[in-house]
Amino acid sequence: MELYRLTAHEAHDKLVKKEISSVELTEALYKRIEETEPKVKAYVTLDKENALAQAAAVDAAIAAGKEIAPLAGVPGAIKDNISTKGLRTTCSSKMLANMVPIYDAHVIKKLRQAETIFLGKTNMDEFAMGSTTETSFFGPTHNPWNLELIPGGSSGGSAAAVAAGEALWSLGSDTGGSIRQPASFNGCVGIKPTYGRVSRYGCVAFASSLDQIGPITRDVTDAALVLNCISGKDAMDATSLDVPVPDFTKALVADVKGLRIGLPAEFYGEGTARVVKDELDKAVEIYKKLGAEIVPVSLPHTKYAVITYYIIAPAEASANLARFDGVRYGYRSQQATSAPEMTTQSRTEGFGLEVRRRIMLGTYVLSSGYYDAYYKKAMQVRTLICQDYAEAFKKCDVLLTPTSPVPAYKIDSQMDPLSIYMLDVTTIPVNMAGLPGISLPCGFADGLPIGMQLIGRALDEATVLRAAYTFEQATEFHKVYAKLGGKD
Amino acid sequence: MTRYITVIGLEVHAELKTKTKAFCSCSTAFGSRPNTHVCPVCTGMPGALPVLNKQVVEFALRAALALNCRINKFNKFDRKNYFYPDLAKGYQISQFDQPICEHGYIDINVEGEEKRIGITRIHMEEDAGKLVHSGATISTSDFSAVDYNRAGVPLIEIVSEPDMRSAEEARAYMESLKAILEYTDVCDCKMQEGSLRCDANISIMPVGAKEFGTRAEIKNLNSFRALVRAIEYEVERQKEILEDGGHVVQETRTWDDVNGVTLSMRSKEEAHDYRYFPEPDLVPIQLDDAWIERVRSELPELPGARQARLVKSFGLPEYDAGQIVSSKAMADYFDAAAATAKDAKGVANWLLGDVSAFLNSENIGIEDFKVAPAHLAELVNLIKDGVLSSKLAKKVFGELLKEDASPKALVEKLGLQQVSDEGAIAALVDEAIAANPQSVADYKAGKDKAIGFLVGQIMKKSRGKANPGLVQKLLKERLQ
Repeated sequence: MELYRLTAHEAHDKLVKKEISSVELTEALYKRIEETEPKVKAYVTLDKENALAQAAAVDAAIAAGKEIAPLAGVPGAIKDNISTKGLRTTCSSKMLANMVPIYDAHVIKKLRQAETIFLGKTNMDEFAMGSTTETSFFGPTHNPWNLELIPGGSSGGSAAAVAAGEALWSLGSDTGGSIRQPASFNGCVGIKPTYGRVSRYGCVAFASSLDQIGPITRDVTDAALVLNCISGKDAMDATSLDVPVPDFTKALVADVKGLRIGLPAEFYGEGTARVVKDELDKAVEIYKKLGAEIVPVSLPHTKYAVITYYIIAPAEASANLARFDGVRYGYRSQQATSAPEMTTQSRTEGFGLEVRRRIMLGTYVLSSGYYDAYYKKAMQVRTLICQDYAEAFKKCDVLLTPTSPVPAYKIDSQMDPLSIYMLDVTTIPVNMAGLPGISLPCGFADGLPIGMQLIGRALDEATVLRAAYTFEQATEFHKVYAKLGGKD
Repeated sequence: MTRYITVIGLEVHAELKTKTKAFCSCSTAFGSRPNTHVCPVCTGMPGALPVLNKQVVEFALRAALALNCRINKFNKFDRKNYFYPDLAKGYQISQFDQPICEHGYIDINVEGEEKRIGITRIHMEEDAGKLVHSGATISTSDFSAVDYNRAGVPLIEIVSEPDMRSAEEARAYMESLKAILEYTDVCDCKMQEGSLRCDANISIMPVGAKEFGTRAEIKNLNSFRALVRAIEYEVERQKEILEDGGHVVQETRTWDDVNGVTLSMRSKEEAHDYRYFPEPDLVPIQLDDAWIERVRSELPELPGARQARLVKSFGLPEYDAGQIVSSKAMADYFDAAAATAKDAKGVANWLLGDVSAFLNSENIGIEDFKVAPAHLAELVNLIKDGVLSSKLAKKVFGELLKEDASPKALVEKLGLQQVSDEGAIAALVDEAIAANPQSVADYKAGKDKAIGFLVGQIMKKSRGKANPGLVQKLLKERLQ
């Protein structure tokens, strides 16, 4: 098998057994990137020199007989909204096209300690605002399963890189589905951890109360390994939770006997495509056979999730993106003749359409006289959504839903923004409630991967991982590779 | 002519004396090279997050309790959104609808009248950076640079009720507030360095009116003097408008200290919509009773209590005691000196007289006064014991200012001991009587003043060392 097809844990085993070296592995990845990247365009920036130096260091450690961490020497990719010291971090925006951070995000520090390899930074929707990776200043990423299709988003580059064999694992960020939906469109596994499980320090904020960093991988085991590495309280993030982090690999047990899986009726309604429903139905049958108990549940406020999300997230974004004023870093318009004009012009020229749209939306809903009607109301609805989940989890241990109501669709499909927003109905409520959610492959439709989502109780990533692992062990979907428009 | 009532409310920003900033671990030191106390957090780098410095809450709580406020055990931070180059994140982390405390007060005393001034609320927030212009003013500059050293330094904003009715009351309120903040050691209260800043909301209304007039908010009041002058100016300005049949416009004005006028900055229509919303990067603050009670129990003696003690224990007049306690450093100096002085009132008189005059002339605070409290006490004791006349004491004091030393040693070194030997003085007295027959005749003719001339002659002869009391006594005896 080609080295670029390995999972992270397989690569680790081969490194430890000295069947391969990290330099060999890393070079194989860059060779693959060279071949496939013109078609996929998953990366914004590559960092070959540093990656190979790091790989050599790991090889030296192995040669010296040192024990290495599970991700040591295993090449991955980082979404370009996660701050990497000395390595350009653009958020796929003209605003930050030349921005080289002076500090590492908390997760990057942790991964560096684990001696992992960063191949480069992956493409995304500008400032993570989008579900298609089309709003990137650097142009769209293409779905490796069908190059005419979107890879999903906003972590489209991270998912496409993993699917295309351009990285063994990657980090994404998820505000309303930005890890899970692209994972599903690319046949990958993606986890959005419980809000506060992973430090947000160094993740360029979109919507602070919703953002979480998480892994996109080729199987559930890798997801658990990456999650192990990045989880835990960080003194630099006041919202990170000071709770013990279990060893998530301990949850990788193929057993769902007696596990109560809830099927929320609201996620299987009219908006969900037939092909998606069919694959989910089959998945339910598999779980039944594996001994799980299927429980019908209801999450009645699901229908308000998207509209309230599009109040809360833009409101927070309008403030979070205020720091991009052309004063200290980033794009500065040369047209301006005064400081206020400099800020206005820099923002007008530096931000793309979707980002400006959301800043306007957020500014509007926070404005004097509208705050109560929009923001405050949305926060109240958010509480109701949380209560829905609390009620549902009295009857079941995990919830099973489609990750996206539709499979990947065409690039430049000219959909209106609202229709695209509505497609996030399956993932958004999970962010609103701060719960852990995983997407994993559960079938194919017309050669395109379909993903299913498992949602767990707060801080119960373990149960979600166990349910996902059990399904994965019983199926072969994760072993199918994307063809990149050719025969591979 | 209509008579008007002035209505004043003050918004005071006090920088807290924490070692590090409110939301990062950068130093709060003042006067360092630009942009040397900065990090990704306080310069608003992409992805950086704030983490609350607990000491900020501790200090705010201390001020809140000292100002008799009701503590909100649950309080939270909000974002106040506006663009300005010195505001790194494009929003200020502040507290909007649930501040740390509300409903406090300060008792002030103006010309013997006690008055209670309400405090609406105190909230915690962060300071912004500072613009440095290449030219003299922003409009004449080719460019401006930003110094973020101050960005993120913690502040408390203390908002008063519109309870003050004159510039004097506003001044008394500010002085009391400053003293309390100094006593609680939460702010160093240096108005010229900007660690204590004041904005005034000023309006006037005709006597008998039920509703307040339209107010103007005056910014840039960097001294007590500026506060008083700005209020006086603004009240006159508003009176003139009303007398001319006009309406006062609600607006923000700035005090121009050089020209002694307030100038319009922006009207109500141009006012910012700050779009406050809860700060999602910070968790709400939950204060428990144990924390509040510990801070309460650790509060130092506050100015009011200290004034009462000085009156009771040392017999100082209310006014003098009030003057002394208005500065914590002055009161500390007094207590230190009074500990060894035989005449505490004498210490107070020196402090409020010669010492204050010297400090004012040097433009320094008592913190920088070189004479040790024990030495001032010794000087007072030398007077009390009759060793020094008050005139000689002033001479010794003059020497102390040059070099702090034991006044006793100085007196010996300079040979300034007062002569209280009756024989020696009697000789001088007789000499003077003989040499000034006209003055003697005047005195005997009922001109009491004439004795002063004779005393003066004797003192001169003794080079100031004769005990003036004794001189008087002997003179009177001789001239009877």
